[in-house]
Amino acid sequence: MGLLSKKDSKLILDPLADNNPITIQVLGICSALAITAQLKASIVMAISVIFVLGIGNVVISLMRNVIPSKIRIIVQLVVVAALVIIVDQILKAYAYTLSKELSVFIGLIITNCIIMGRFEAFALGNGPWRSFLDGIGNALGYGVILIIVGFFRELLGSGTLLGFKVLGDPIEKTGLYAIGYENNGFMLLSPMALIVVGIIIWVQRSKNKALIEEH
Amino acid sequence: MAINTDKNSYTIIFSVIMVLVVGSLLAFIAQGLKPTIKENERIEIQQNILYAMGVNENEEGSREFIAAEKAEKTFAEYIKKQLVIQNGEVTEDENAYLIDIKKEKNLAKDPSYSRRLPLFVGEKDGKTYYVAPIRGKGLWDAIWGYVALNEDMVVQGVFFDHKGETPGLGANIKERFFMDDFTGEKLFDADNNFVGITAAKGNADPKNDNKDDNEVDAIAGATITGDGVSAMLKSDLRLYVPYFQKLKNN
Repeated sequence: MGLLSKKDSKLILDPLADNNPITIQVLGICSALAITAQLKASIVMAISVIFVLGIGNVVISLMRNVIPSKIRIIVQLVVVAALVIIVDQILKAYAYTLSKELSVFIGLIITNCIIMGRFEAFALGNGPWRSFLDGIGNALGYGVILIIVGFFRELLGSGTLLGFKVLGDPIEKTGLYAIGYENNGFMLLSPMALIVVGIIIWVQRSKNKALIEEH
Repeated sequence: MAINTDKNSYTIIFSVIMVLVVGSLLAFIAQGLKPTIKENERIEIQQNILYAMGVNENEEGSREFIAAEKAEKTFAEYIKKQLVIQNGEVTEDENAYLIDIKKEKNLAKDPSYSRRLPLFVGEKDGKTYYVAPIRGKGLWDAIWGYVALNEDMVVQGVFFDHKGETPGLGANIKERFFMDDFTGEKLFDADNNFVGITAAKGNADPKNDNKDDNEVDAIAGATITGDGVSAMLKSDLRLYVPYFQKLKNN
């Protein structure tokens, strides 16, 4: 990465693997469980969070010296909420079909604890450019896990990917279904998302022993 | 920094300024975009009504909404009459599609108020369609839809939508695999009683070949949303029964 110094590129790359917000910091689990039943929803959520966290981190970072420390959480909430409402309104006016598809997800961004977590832990103590990189990095790390979970849940739960019937038609009994394969309805329910996240954490830690905590 | 950000007076001034700035920014954006959003919603109603009666962008294969740019023109072309039924009286109103069903339902809680029921009479390939709007409750929030009927109140097509049902589960009521099942279903049972159409679990008819059972296959994991669909079909379409009886007797 010629554009970024080594320290800066670490800000983007670390959250993707060894300091992933979901699998290592265990933040943002709530939305990871709620919206990953379909791959498309996961992708859209990932993009929205990249946008909100990137800009939000910059705004908070610019304001970091004037925010009264007593009400800093409220200020952070106001910034996220305002950004989310602006995104929602603009989509409704200029990309109505898309905003219909996203429906509740846009509003759900506010509840994402990764956003508040990064505001609090990073943007309040660092400059705008580094905060921006940190925001993008963490949102990407979150998005990667979301997309992996969404991929498996939609594939195994509905037999589709992005709505395409990749495994054949379950009612007409074509493709895999012809030899007796059945969709696993459990995959559509939130607890299975937790189990998939658990498996990702397991695989990640068994590959990189340094991540295993001491007792 | 010279400012003492811990002082109470500073905190108060900061919050006042923040609220003013954010509040006016949001109000400004919302107000500026309002006409565009309203227009989008108006076009969407026309698209939904047309979808229910089978007027789509792509006649063969995938069914998609008529493109927003030509919705207005297509709506005028296919919808021959827009009726409002109130107290048994039928009047024509070319803006009947703008009647707010939610508002009407709330007003109708007062027994002295007689609800205005919009009905859109459309014609396609020589066949007449009667499209009625319905509205009800899903698991999390409102669900609504448009049902196209023929003279005998046999369903010719539906469109469902929702505000915030669970993606992958309840939200699937607006997917074709669910909506298409309603086509051909009857609202009356064999003894000619109005029973509506129930989204039934395990009705052993996943391909929905049996059109006389007043049932469609429910979505697994979306029991409450499915019940909401059954309930709104039953409660809202029942109101149109007198109109269709009159239609038949004439």
